[in-house]
Formats: sequence, C-alpha cells, structure tokens
Amino acid sequence: MSEHLLEIKNLKKTFPLRNGGWFGKKERMCAVDNLSLTIEKGETYGLVGESGCGKSTTGRMIVGLTKADSGSILYEGKDISKMSEREFRPLRKELQMVFQNSLSALNPRLRIGEILEEILQIHGEQDKAKRRKRVLEVLEKVGLSEEHYFRFPHELSGGQVQRLGIAGALIIHPKLIVCDEPVSALDVSIQAQILNMLMNLKKELRLSLLFISHDIGVIRFISDRIGVMYLGTLVEETDTETLFANPLHPYTKTLFAAIPDPYIQGGEFQALTGEQPVRTEDFQGCAFYSRCPYAKEICKKQAPEFREVEPGHKAACHCIEK
Amino acid sequence: MLIRRKSISAASEAIFREQRTLKKEKLLANPALIIGFVGFVLIVLLAVFVPIFNSTDPNAMEVTKRLQPPGDGYLFGTDEFGRDLFVRVMYGARVSLWVGGCVAIFSCVLGTIIGIYASYFKVLDQILMRICDGLIAIPGILLAIALIAALGTSSWNVILALTIVYTPSVARTVRVSALVIKEQAYVEAAKVQGFSNFRILWRMILPGVISPLTVQASFIFAQAIISEASLSFLGAGIPAPAASWGNMLESSKMVFSRAPWTMICPGAAVILCVLSLNLLGDGLRDYLDPKVKGGKKKA
Amino acid sequence: MMEEKKNETLLEIKELKVSFPVHKKWLPAVDGVSLEIHPGEITGIVGESGSGKSVMSQSILRLRDHDTAVRYEGEILFEGENLLQKPLFRMRDIRGNQISVIFQDPLNSLSPVHTVGNQISEVLILHKQLSKEEAGKRSIQMLKMTGIPDPEACMKKYPFELSGGMQQRVMIAMALACEPKLLIADEPTTALDVTIQEQILHLIRDLNERLGMSVLFITHDMGVVSRICHSVKVMYLGQVVEEAQTQELFENPCHPYTQGLLACIPHLRVERGKELPVIQGSVPSLSNIPEGCHFCTRCRLADDTCRNCPPPLVEISPGHKVKCWKYADGAKEREVTAS
Repeated sequence: MSEHLLEIKNLKKTFPLRNGGWFGKKERMCAVDNLSLTIEKGETYGLVGESGCGKSTTGRMIVGLTKADSGSILYEGKDISKMSEREFRPLRKELQMVFQNSLSALNPRLRIGEILEEILQIHGEQDKAKRRKRVLEVLEKVGLSEEHYFRFPHELSGGQVQRLGIAGALIIHPKLIVCDEPVSALDVSIQAQILNMLMNLKKELRLSLLFISHDIGVIRFISDRIGVMYLGTLVEETDTETLFANPLHPYTKTLFAAIPDPYIQGGEFQALTGEQPVRTEDFQGCAFYSRCPYAKEICKKQAPEFREVEPGHKAACHCIEK
Repeated sequence: MLIRRKSISAASEAIFREQRTLKKEKLLANPALIIGFVGFVLIVLLAVFVPIFNSTDPNAMEVTKRLQPPGDGYLFGTDEFGRDLFVRVMYGARVSLWVGGCVAIFSCVLGTIIGIYASYFKVLDQILMRICDGLIAIPGILLAIALIAALGTSSWNVILALTIVYTPSVARTVRVSALVIKEQAYVEAAKVQGFSNFRILWRMILPGVISPLTVQASFIFAQAIISEASLSFLGAGIPAPAASWGNMLESSKMVFSRAPWTMICPGAAVILCVLSLNLLGDGLRDYLDPKVKGGKKKA
Repeated sequence: MMEEKKNETLLEIKELKVSFPVHKKWLPAVDGVSLEIHPGEITGIVGESGSGKSVMSQSILRLRDHDTAVRYEGEILFEGENLLQKPLFRMRDIRGNQISVIFQDPLNSLSPVHTVGNQISEVLILHKQLSKEEAGKRSIQMLKMTGIPDPEACMKKYPFELSGGMQQRVMIAMALACEPKLLIADEPTTALDVTIQEQILHLIRDLNERLGMSVLFITHDMGVVSRICHSVKVMYLGQVVEEAQTQELFENPCHPYTQGLLACIPHLRVERGKELPVIQGSVPSLSNIPEGCHFCTRCRLADDTCRNCPPPLVEISPGHKVKCWKYADGAKEREVTAS
C-alpha cells in the first residue's frame, strides 16, 4: 500500500460533561471515539453527519487546534498529534483550514492585503514586492480583484468573505485543507459559486481536501470518498458513487431519506424517531442503537466492528451480511 | 503600516476616500465624542495658558479685597483671603489634570501588564486576580486615605495611592478582553496559519485590548480627578495652601453662605472636567468599535 | 381538504411596501408584495437573504415597530381588518392569539429564566383567561400533541435543558396553544439537523391537516418548500418574482431566477464532476437596486427593456404568475424555455 497523505488511527477526544463540583462525580463525553480514516493525495474526503457527531472536532484535531486524548494522526508518516507547538509549526504551512464563518476568522482591524501579506511574512517571505505579487495572484485565483486588497473584511459580502477565507488558506501552498462547513452559512446561489471554485482549485493545485458538512447534497457533489459519522464514530465509508447507489448502514439510509429534495417526492418517508444521545465514556454497544429500526439484542451490548463489507466499502453494523 | 500611500493605484484612492468618508460620518454621528473632546481640550488649554499669560500669584493675598463677588477685575471673585479665584481655579486645573493624567497612564500601563500576564498564565491568573479582588473589596477612597496616611501628603503620594486604587479594575478589564479575543475565530485561524503565540499577543490581542483600555483610561482620568478633589477636601490630598479644586472647596465651606461663588466656581470646574471626560469615554467606546457603523450597530 | 373554503381569504396583503431609513433615505425592503392566504393552506415564501421575506412576515404582526423606524404602504387585511391601521396595543390581542410566529432560533425565542410549563401557561392565561390549573393541563396537552415524550417532565424543564429539536417543538406548542388561525413559520428548521428537520416538517403538516390551521412558511430551502407547501412564492429583493402551486413551480419554473435557484442546488441527481450552473454575482444591496427588473444585474437574458422598465406580474397559466418581461407577450415564451 502506498503511503497515505493522512492517516488517523483510533482517535479519541473527550470533553468534560459535568464538573461535579469539588466532590461530585466528574463525567466526560466522547466527542470522537475510536475513529480511523485515511486521506490520499489529491483526494476529497467528505465527512458528513449531524451536529454534535464530532466531525468538526476531528477537523480541529488534524490542524492542531484541539489536542487528541489518544490515538494518532499520521501526516506523511509523522505523528502530528503528539508534537509540541514548536515542532508542529513548520507543518502548519501544509495543513490549512477554512472556517464556516470566515468573517470572524479575519482580523477586523487590518486591511485584506495586510492580513494576507502577514501570513506570507511569518512563513519567511521577506521581500515586500514578492509578497504583494503573491497576494494579488491568490486574490485573483479566488475570484477577487486588486480592488479588494485595500478593503477591510467587514466591507465585503458573505460570498466574498468566504473566498477570502479560502485565499488565506491557499496562499502558503498547503497540501491538505480542512474545510469546516465552508458553505453552510451562504445562500444557495453563492454556495454554488464557492463549490465550483473549490472543485476547480483542487484540480488545478492538486490539493487534498477534508470537507466537513451536514449537507448531503454538497458532500456528494464535492467528495471522492465519504465517511458518515454518527455519535463520534464512523458508521460507513466508501466512494461516493457506491455510497449513494448502495447505502448499507441504517443510519445512512434514513439520512438519505430525510433530505428534502424538490425532485424526489419521497412519498412516505420514514422519519427517524428520537435524537442523538450523549456518548459517555462507558458507552457500550452500537452508537446508533437507540434510534435504529433494526436494533437487536447484540447491538445493545457489543459495538459492531467497522469492517470491510464489500471491497472498499466499510460499515459498522451487526445486521449487514458479509 | 504594511501598505504605503505611494503605491496606491487610482482605484484604491477611491476606496481610501470612501473609507475616510465613512470614518468622518461615524465621527459626526457621535456628538458625545465631539463635545467631550472639545470640552477636555478647552480645559487643558486654559490650564496651560492662563497661568502663563496671567502673572497673578495664586497664593497672593490681598486682605482689602476679601470675598469680592465675581466681576470687577476678578472674573470669579476672591476668597476669604482675597486670593483671585479665577487664577486659583486655573492652577487647580493644572493639579487635577496632572494627578488625573498620571493616575490614568500609570494604572493603565500597570493594569495592562498584569491583565495580559493573567490571561496567559493560569496559575498567575489565580494569584493576581485574588489580589485584585482584595483591593477592589476595599472602598477606593478609604484605601487611598489609608495609603496617604502611611505615606504622608504630597502630590506624588496622591498619584501613587490612586494608581494602586485603580490598577485592579484596569487589570480586570484587560484580562477579560484579552480572554475574549483569545477565543475569537481569527486568533484560531492565525494559529492554524502558523502565527507564534508572541506574534498573536502583539498583533491581535494587544490592539484588541487598546480600545477598551482607552475608554477605561478616560473614565479613570475623570474618577481620579474626583478622588483627588475628595482627598484634598478631606485634607489628605495636595497640602494647602496649594491651589487645588479640593482645597478650594474645603476652604469655602466656612464662607459658603456669604460668598457662594467660592464653592460654585471650583465645583463647576470639577463637574465640567469630569463630564467632558466621561462624554469622551462614551464617545470613544462607540467610535473605536469596528462593528459600529455611522453611530448605529450593524444588525 | 380545503376546496369548500377556497373562496374565503384569511389573510390578504395588498401591494405591501415596507421601508427603512438608511442614510437619510427610505429604502424599501419589501416592494409591492401581494398575497392571499386561504384557510387550511400552507403557503411557502422562498428567497435568499436580503429578499425581504422575513421583513414581510414580521410586518404582518408589526414586530419591527417597537425598535426601528418603519414606513408601511399598502394593506394587510386579516379577516377583512387592516392590521396596518390598528393601534399597536391592539396588536397584542392578535399576536400569539390569532396569528402566531415561530422563529429560526428557538433558544433565543424562549425565556431562559422560566420553565417551559410556565411559558406556555402564561400565553393561555393571557389570551384565554384560563386559570392556572386549566392552563397547565392544556399546556401538557399541547406538548403531547407536538410529540414530546413525557410532557409532564418537560413542563418543569428550562429551555436550555432541551435539545434543538425539542426546543422547536416547545415553540410550536406555545404558538399553537391559543389555536391561532394563522401560523407564521420563519425558517423554523434551518438550525436543525436533517433528521430532526424531517420530524418538525412532518409535525407542522400533520397539525395543519388536523387543525385546519393556515401556515405561512418562510425558508431559503427549495427542498423544504417542496415537502411541505401547497403553493409557493419566490421572492427576490423585496418583490415576488414568481408564484405557483408547488408542483407546477418545480415542474415548470419560468422566471430566470427560479430556474437558476433550482439549478444551483447540488441535489442528488446532479452529475458529479461537472460544474454547478450558477447565478452570477451577488444580491445587490438595498441602496443599489436597479431601476428596471430587480434581477437584471444577474440575469443571463437581461436586455435594455429589463434594465429600464420594471416588468409586470403576468399570469401565464391559472395560478402561475411570473414577473418577467420575457412573458409579457406570449411570443417570447418559447424563446426562454429553449435557451
């Protein structure tokens, strides 16, 4: 097997759920539990799931904004989850992130040109003219112009700000960009523009993307491979075509049935009952047990293995035959 | 500034003009700032220039002209020793501005250092903030009197005492806004882009702290003037017979019913000075907030 | 279901124009909107941000009057009464009683310091003059109706203790407590997950069928509209650009904006690997509204007529109206569908 660009193994992250005061019992919830996935060079990996399933936490751990409790994140073979801030800094250049709300991710006190040039400056570009040339180049690449160089972030529209967020990630030639819901806050007509742009940029610059979204249509459009997350863990993973042609996990099926699509008048859909529970540290059994229409006795006691059901198609469910 | 004016193309010139117009509009939509600023500058100019051009000694007594009403050679009248009140109010302004300004600057510098350190190091935070809590728990004026009683009365000791009184509140403001800014998405984004902690501190947190600090500084300035006047009034401030608003109010209390101007003039000076500083602070708060446009908050 | 009632109108809006002062000029956020809502009908309003859909829905109850300067023109007739001419304090009898609203963000719309039970009972005590016990009983009934498991326990909880889906159910229970004739749902599912959204949509449709209550459903999501609404109006920059029965609209979208909006959704039939068709540019700000057709700055078919003269709202088939010059005379119609 060739070396993966990014390989995540048994990643786990917990957050305090209840502090319990000085004497009470402290409880922690697992945001991400036993998560493993790989991203290849030039691939777009889509991570889809409902809010609170741990997809954003996963993205933040990859770019080092959150430290993992256990497990490893191998980037080009090096474990970045255990690196100190100092060791990690040279790799920052290659691992970038686009936020859902780019406006709040931009320093409100600086002009756009200053923001972008400063990023270049800290990565060692000392020549002023070169910095400015590169900034204008990147602005053009994301569909902004020289005129925006002197603007403040709050003077731009929502779509332009998102383009700027992408420009900030692109400017230092990253290899992997984590896109955390980059189009969720936008209007559909603007969303389409940004999606097209991301897809073209990815092809042109041979980027790898980890695309995090709750919108199944968006994920399907942009991803090569998709992982479906539920309650901190992957329940299904395969390439996009297979997933939509043949979803295996009951959660994936109900998720697809719930998409409001103007052209699929679903008829009588099966509304999923209940809501996502909280995963405590002593959680047992299948993550989807509480809402699954096919749940059996074994699902309650034993967590299903995340196994390859068909070549290249993994799922975690007791009810799927090999 | 990374961007120099000389390299501006024609298109960007228009943007700068537009941004300047917006700034101007924002300023004009903020009468508190303008009135406060003009009032404060006026007081400073009077305090600086009147004693230069008017050579009357503020402490020169003329026993024949005791308790003259305002007008007729004495703009504000005279006090019970026949001293020119107008000149004394102006000299008093010097003292007040000097004390207030020093206290504002010292407590802001000290408070910023403490606040920033506290926001960065958890252990230090606990220690520093508990000390601040302790200091804040004691009523300010009482603390100042106690300190002066220990140190002795002099203008430097007044400044020192008031600085100790006001530093904790600055430290708290700075610490809170630094903590808020640290949680902002743009600081996280900067981390992802590889900014070092030191750079984040200087380029993002400090500029973010500056604007609430300026506002706080103008309020402290005003409060310090009141405190100084109160201390002098109580005899724990600037030693008499030096002209200070507090001293003048104190000496007027015996003759107030016969010569109300002896109290009204320094009292009005305190009120006007504090009012314009407070207006200035209120105005600055709106003006320095990048999210407020043209006097109104963006929806 | 609603055939026999079709001829009466519950709410009628005539040429409504709502303006706000910006830089000393009055700019219309809603510009000449007319609509009718019949009893038992779910009417959808779709539009992007800045289309004026929320402002329009808020003006029905005049929710903006308290905190900003607003200027209304036109009429809003609720059961024949013009709401715009009512004194504001009379509006209180209508709000929450005859017309209820649910908002996008349920947590911010509920009081954080009162229990769910208290808040629902309060509405009932206020409008229906029920006693405390009766109101409590009725509240439990309402919560049960919205599908909340264990409503008695829910009554004693505070809003932040509930999940997003449950909060929205509580909002709906509260909105329906006084059996309003009209429910205004302003993006009620936007903040929710798809599986929860499905549950809420199901609930609203179910309640509409059981109680015969009319719904004005405001959303930006074409998919949601297709699932719940009987008829749809598409808004752009303060104007209705197209209106039709839901099925008709999706099968035969006529306005270039509606066509573009439907085409740019990355839904499940879109061919992967190809670019999505897009509507160029972005929505102009209120101060830059073009003189002619509002959409002309982004329309691929715009010509000089479009740029200079506002188009009329033309009925191209029964119930299907389009505000576009291409349909103003029948001859041009084929040209548009061909391109």
